[in-house]
Amino acid sequence: MYEFLRDLDRRVIFSLMALAVAVPILLQITPPEKATPIVRDAFETIEALEEGDRVYMAFDFDPASAGELQPMATAFVRHACEKKLKIYFTALWPVGPQFIKNAERDVISRDFPEMVYGENYVDLGFKTGNEGVIKLVANDLRTQYPQDARGTPIDDIPMMAGVASIRDFDVIMNVSAGYPGTKEWVQYAVASAPNDIKLVAGCTGVQAPLLYPYYPQQMSGLLAAIKGAAEYESLVLGKYGRENEPGMYQEGLRRMAPQLSGHILMVGLIFVGNLVYFMARKRGEA
Amino acid sequence: MNHATRRGNATFGVLLVLIGVAIAILNAVAFHPGAGTQWTKRTEHVHTLEDGSEVRWTEHEAVSVREGREMAALEENAAPLFSRTAGLWGAAILTLCIFSFLLGDNPLYKAAEAIVVGASAAYWMVIGFWETIVPNLFAGLFPDWTRANFLPKLSAEASVDLLLLIPLALSVLLLLRLAPKIGWISRWPTAFIIGVFCGLRFISSLEADFLSQIGPTIKPLVVMGEDGFDLESSFSNIVLVLGTMACLVYFFFSVEHKGAVGKVARSGIWMLMITFGAAFGYTVMGRIALLAGRFEFLFDDWLWLIDPKDAHPAQAFLQTIAPMLT
Amino acid sequence: MMKRTIPMLLAMAAGIVMILAYFFPPLTPLQDKTTVWFNILAAVAFILGGGNLLKVHLKKVSDRREGWAYSMITLAAFVGVLAIGLFKIGVNPLDEFPAQRMAGDFRAEGSGFWYVYEYVFAPLTATIFSMLAFYVASAAFRAFRAKNLEAILLLGTAFVILLGRTAAGVFLTDFLPEEGILANFRLENLTVWIMNNPVTAGNRAIMIGIALGTASVSLKILLGVDRSYLGGGD
Repeated sequence: MYEFLRDLDRRVIFSLMALAVAVPILLQITPPEKATPIVRDAFETIEALEEGDRVYMAFDFDPASAGELQPMATAFVRHACEKKLKIYFTALWPVGPQFIKNAERDVISRDFPEMVYGENYVDLGFKTGNEGVIKLVANDLRTQYPQDARGTPIDDIPMMAGVASIRDFDVIMNVSAGYPGTKEWVQYAVASAPNDIKLVAGCTGVQAPLLYPYYPQQMSGLLAAIKGAAEYESLVLGKYGRENEPGMYQEGLRRMAPQLSGHILMVGLIFVGNLVYFMARKRGEA
Repeated sequence: MNHATRRGNATFGVLLVLIGVAIAILNAVAFHPGAGTQWTKRTEHVHTLEDGSEVRWTEHEAVSVREGREMAALEENAAPLFSRTAGLWGAAILTLCIFSFLLGDNPLYKAAEAIVVGASAAYWMVIGFWETIVPNLFAGLFPDWTRANFLPKLSAEASVDLLLLIPLALSVLLLLRLAPKIGWISRWPTAFIIGVFCGLRFISSLEADFLSQIGPTIKPLVVMGEDGFDLESSFSNIVLVLGTMACLVYFFFSVEHKGAVGKVARSGIWMLMITFGAAFGYTVMGRIALLAGRFEFLFDDWLWLIDPKDAHPAQAFLQTIAPMLT
Repeated sequence: MMKRTIPMLLAMAAGIVMILAYFFPPLTPLQDKTTVWFNILAAVAFILGGGNLLKVHLKKVSDRREGWAYSMITLAAFVGVLAIGLFKIGVNPLDEFPAQRMAGDFRAEGSGFWYVYEYVFAPLTATIFSMLAFYVASAAFRAFRAKNLEAILLLGTAFVILLGRTAAGVFLTDFLPEEGILANFRLENLTVWIMNNPVTAGNRAIMIGIALGTASVSLKILLGVDRSYLGGGD
């Protein structure tokens, strides 16, 4: 047994991980979720807004992290639509606009057809410059975005009237995969106007621990990894859920089942790996 | 690893892809007929130009298989689209090619990797050009030309901003980095970028990551609640305040970590170990979520083994394929 | 002078404008102008990256170095996607301007560029990153050893987080009451406490250290003390 474990081919471990993730997906198990305070604070920050308030929705991620972040992005957009907020979409990552278009197609056009482009939501698109974009938007948004993503001059878009900088927004809702992302929004946007603007963010698991120091003074709430997405989805569904809820709005909840089996496997692997180590030490091999 | 083992591993990798594709084809024909097909709703656009000629195109909007069949039954313009179906199958095969690396490096993986490297670089170039260079540089320097060719909605009153000649010049200098003899001139725009970066970072890091972090760290170590001494809050604050200070003492390498300083630094290390353990836990969570996302794509969109979005009821194979062939 | 002094002065000027505008708001328009130029150069840097890739792989093919066939694939993908994107292949015109084909949205659903994103770029990049799940499992089995107190603390915390962030955590400590002091030891609550206190403390200290280091390096560069970004030799 000891020799078998000591010389275990890594492809066996790969197969175990594949099974641990695949089987719950095939069985379509969806465990219930209870929101933690940091996610509830994010939810309540949006709930406190009134119809017509402006939210700056920044999609700063790419397909590599969409597995974690797409559920958050969908939940954010749906929540903003349910609250009838004015949504200003932007992206700091080159592929972000594709997710903005997906949100327009899958959430807004499908479930909120009464929303009108230019009056209820606008797509400002992607700009290069990383934190340079945030710095400019903090002072002069119209210089950074002379047109929207469809080529329409900003002055011709009704909902851009009276919008000069980030201070004219009520909340920044950011979905972030890394750099540039939530950290930069805190450093350049919130820091420039701490009393004027709030930030609610969703981030990957890798980033999450690094962002906790910003909560709650510089960041009103945080959705950390797929668990945060699942908790936020459960809150949105709890408040705004309908009959025959589309599966798209439960993507994070569905992903928690493979998370459970995957985590149990990881704990088991670490435990067995240490068992092998101590057995080797006892035999004088380590 | 010797050559024979590497070849064996490569064979396993290629076999994974081939067997996967074979199973998918069998599944699409026998078990879930039509699996992997993509449906669209079509809208015809016809415009007559000033010279009398006609411009026409078909706009395709993705719909689920279920929605598409319902529309087709009502004789609305929806049908499966061969190009998107082929695209989906291509994406699934490329996914298997990447996964085949788990069994061993092989030509299919290397080919998929080469494709992503080339495609990514071009993708970013195209986006940088259309999203920033055209609307922010060309529109400012050549508004009439830009309006006539790329941005017809650009205001007719848009004026020329001659100051943009400076970033244009810097851009040309930056591109000269590719020229071997005169490449040194790219130091000018590089220095400009670094100067702006340093200026941005100097203020932001001190404001957001230093000064703004001190306030939340100054918390009472003895918290009195409504019912008297609040043990939980006090303990939490003690851990937060003293933990932060212990970690900062550890990072202070100008003083030797001996005696009392050494003990405090050691407790700082323990706090950092807890931090790294949490980071590891969250990293694992993130990675598994990404893998779950890919498996959902394969099982849902490609193989139709699951249907969480109620998108694709199975139908007889020929009934699904026939509209694509006509 | 041309190769070192002028770039150094450029960096100083740009950086000082960015800093001074914070303290002298009338300088904000100049700061905004500088930032606009920075953002444009960032877009050109993408073009530089693409050009560099072209140069490296063309050299590899012409020298017939090992793996040159894969470089051909890279170049074909690069040129193909570039042509599709720059010439807006498969892009429909706008309804308001049907005569201007190049005015259409290059990312619109159904365009050539959309196909590249949807069926090549997105699945490939997502799959490459998803592979990490397998390697983190393999690494955890082989490398994570509880050899000393520090390692035990790290692994113990990892266990609490891994279990506490799933339904397993709720199940394992369900026997503990939901209120009172003992409730803090329920895995899901313990996870929240760990994140809010020791992890925040550790990350805060790291953040403060990095902030001071960043400020110091930025100052050194802007004052001309650190000139490593200018390159060596000439």
